[in-house]
Amino acid sequence: MGTTDDGEGLVIAGEEIGSRLIMGTGGAPSMHVLREALTASGTALTTVAMRRVDASARGSVLDVLAECGIRVLPNTAGCFTAGEAVLTAKLAREALGTHWVKLEVIADERTLLPDPIELVEAAEQLVADGFAVLPYTSDDPVLARRLEQIGCAAVMPLGSPIGSGLGIRNPHNIELIVERAGVPVILDAGVGTASDAALAMELGCDAVLLATAVTRAQSPARMAAAMRHAVEAGRLARLAGRIPKRRYAQASSPFEGLATS
Amino acid sequence: MRVIVNGKPRELPDGASVAEAVAAVTTAASGVAAAVNDEVVRRSAWAATELREADRVEVLTAVQGG
Repeated sequence: MGTTDDGEGLVIAGEEIGSRLIMGTGGAPSMHVLREALTASGTALTTVAMRRVDASARGSVLDVLAECGIRVLPNTAGCFTAGEAVLTAKLAREALGTHWVKLEVIADERTLLPDPIELVEAAEQLVADGFAVLPYTSDDPVLARRLEQIGCAAVMPLGSPIGSGLGIRNPHNIELIVERAGVPVILDAGVGTASDAALAMELGCDAVLLATAVTRAQSPARMAAAMRHAVEAGRLARLAGRIPKRRYAQASSPFEGLATS
Repeated sequence: MRVIVNGKPRELPDGASVAEAVAAVTTAASGVAAAVNDEVVRRSAWAATELREADRVEVLTAVQGG
């Protein structure tokens, strides 16, 4: 038994991804800060959004990812309907040359929670069109199972709303999803600090996707390193098998042979 | 003729191609995709695809997000 990971890497849609920490790029104050954070995170897969070209934009996030040797994962952030998400995914495939997509179909701007009806509709269309679909979903175990049955390459339940930093509000549901899943489970959204990422892995998630917790931290590169260690620590703890929780103490020193007065 | 490129009206010569509409908003050589009236037009077909009056052209690229 090794003292590191068991050698089974993260495999999504038949391809091995070299890190269980998937990063987002949103919120970084500059490309320089983003580059430092991505490097410190050790990530091998990182999301970008698709938007109308802006001739005044300086520096490309694609250049940063290419320099760092990080695979790009386009998302459909900002889409409210299946139709918008499918078109955005197809544009991303054409622009970036990848058939992988982080599928986001949100219900409203206040909560940014997934719209499950539109999400399933978009997932069905994209899977049928040959995409490897990684859907951002609620922490509903039934919805996660339906997304897997449709043919999604992973399921990505939220811990709490995007950017909220509230951590994992329903660890029980995440465990239920993990128990039944036949595809990788990636905890997506809500991570606020390193212990949240560690908990996700302890619950049995295969990976963690986060952005804001790093990019808006006071020291993004330092927090990125913390997340890298947290994901590794949580993964090791999961593999190691934690002790059961007990109601009363269990002495770790023997009672025999005590000095008596 | 008048077409809508990324939400803004633009005057282009009659029979202008998708390539000309894209060139009106970006000089990027890669990492860009275009759709006309919600249908993706492959880059290889940009030059040969003619636009019509009132067509809606979307030209997207990757930005920080997610």
